[in-house]
Amino acid sequence: MSLPAIAITKLVKRFGDSTVLQDIDLEIPEGKVSCLIGPSGSGKSTLLRCLAFLEESTSGMITINGEALGFFETPNGKRERLPDTQIRAVRAKTGMVFQQFNLWPHMTALGNVSEALKTVHKLPKRQAEERAMAQLRKVGLENRANHYPSQLSGGQQQRVAIARALALEPKIMLFDEPTSALDPELTGEVLNVMRDLAAEGMTMVVVTHEIGFAATVANQISFLDHGRLLFSGPPSEIFAKPRHPRLDQFLDTYLDRGASMLA
Amino acid sequence: MIFNPAIILEKLPEIGSGLFVTLILWVVGIAGGVAAGFLVATTRRFGGRVINIGLGALVEVLRGTPFLIQVFLLYYGGPFVGLMLDPIPCGLIALTVYAAAYYSEIFRAGYAAVPPGHVEAAECLGLSRWQAIRRIQVPEMALIVLPPAVNLAVILLKESAVLSIITVPELTATVSAIGSQQYAFLEAIFVLAVIYWAIVEATGRLGRLAENRLSRLRIANA
Repeated sequence: MSLPAIAITKLVKRFGDSTVLQDIDLEIPEGKVSCLIGPSGSGKSTLLRCLAFLEESTSGMITINGEALGFFETPNGKRERLPDTQIRAVRAKTGMVFQQFNLWPHMTALGNVSEALKTVHKLPKRQAEERAMAQLRKVGLENRANHYPSQLSGGQQQRVAIARALALEPKIMLFDEPTSALDPELTGEVLNVMRDLAAEGMTMVVVTHEIGFAATVANQISFLDHGRLLFSGPPSEIFAKPRHPRLDQFLDTYLDRGASMLA
Repeated sequence: MIFNPAIILEKLPEIGSGLFVTLILWVVGIAGGVAAGFLVATTRRFGGRVINIGLGALVEVLRGTPFLIQVFLLYYGGPFVGLMLDPIPCGLIALTVYAAAYYSEIFRAGYAAVPPGHVEAAECLGLSRWQAIRRIQVPEMALIVLPPAVNLAVILLKESAVLSIITVPELTATVSAIGSQQYAFLEAIFVLAVIYWAIVEATGRLGRLAENRLSRLRIANA
């Protein structure tokens, strides 16, 4: 039994008085795709942002490949913040893709993808751009390398953003609703890139409303509601009855919407 | 009585020297003001609550009092705290500090205008805070801060005329002195107006040129 890629134990996140995540326990196996689903405000994006260390959890612990992320908790409940270099090293194991792409508008696609290779990894320009180009090729955009984000469609922008994260060779890819800002015709190209990544064995955590994608690609689906993890298991279990009543309700709204569109 | 600005223009070398002092004070004041203003805005953003409030209060005092009063306080009040300054250094310091207060507010707005997600993306990719400022935030805010920065530069040029009151031999002091000598005060003032206006106009054009250059590359997309 190998170490899980990500282990989350008793994770709590509070913003002021409101508890956004309550005692989350979840293990994400290496090389698998794990989808986080749930209604808006259920805490799924916050959980993903905790994994990227964009939010600092209030208590509990996250380990990535067995290494603590940000905080270390001793068994008697004492919590220590790890040194910045350590945090940086563990964060480097993950790549993050945002709902709003967050490409830098003043750089070309190639500039976006090669930037961190140049400034963080200190690669010479030519070498950084060669590696960036290989990533753009992988997402099918090498002929858009010299386009600025404003000259690309939403789907193309998101693919550049995926290439940008992949360029640093992360072990785990985190996706925060990667297709929610795209119109339906453009979601396919992004989901295809993600399918390819999954087929290559990349560990992926995906916050998504694309139930179809979750059902067909995910190895594990976790359902969050009001900051609690209500259910986690393989798709075959989650779509089989009987389910958790709240999950039933949630999935039914998807079916209702589909049905009303057909009517 | 005839209106004859040519009387003033006979003293071209003196006007030139006054103009030179004004331009030096102005350019150095802007450079210092931009640098210090950027430092203040950056420190306020990342330096924590106490520093933010402290620097914020200082900026408010500098923006809330007339430049003339600040110049008087520094020039005549300075000696009481052991700060004896000649007119030119005194004027330069006053102008720079005044400029820094306003530029810091422009940069503060610039920082706020960059979508937080763009900085988070940089953070996730391992860029340090300074790398993110230099490579992401500053270039992204450049287009946004350029128009107000040029506008402030124009205001500073006109404010620099106030320094004539503490005997800085800049353009206004020089030309109005020529006017008094030649009994042609109105002509002197008229010549001054034309010179200031010409510099302002040139600055505005330069600003628009820079804006076009930048925006050709950077079509804002949030």
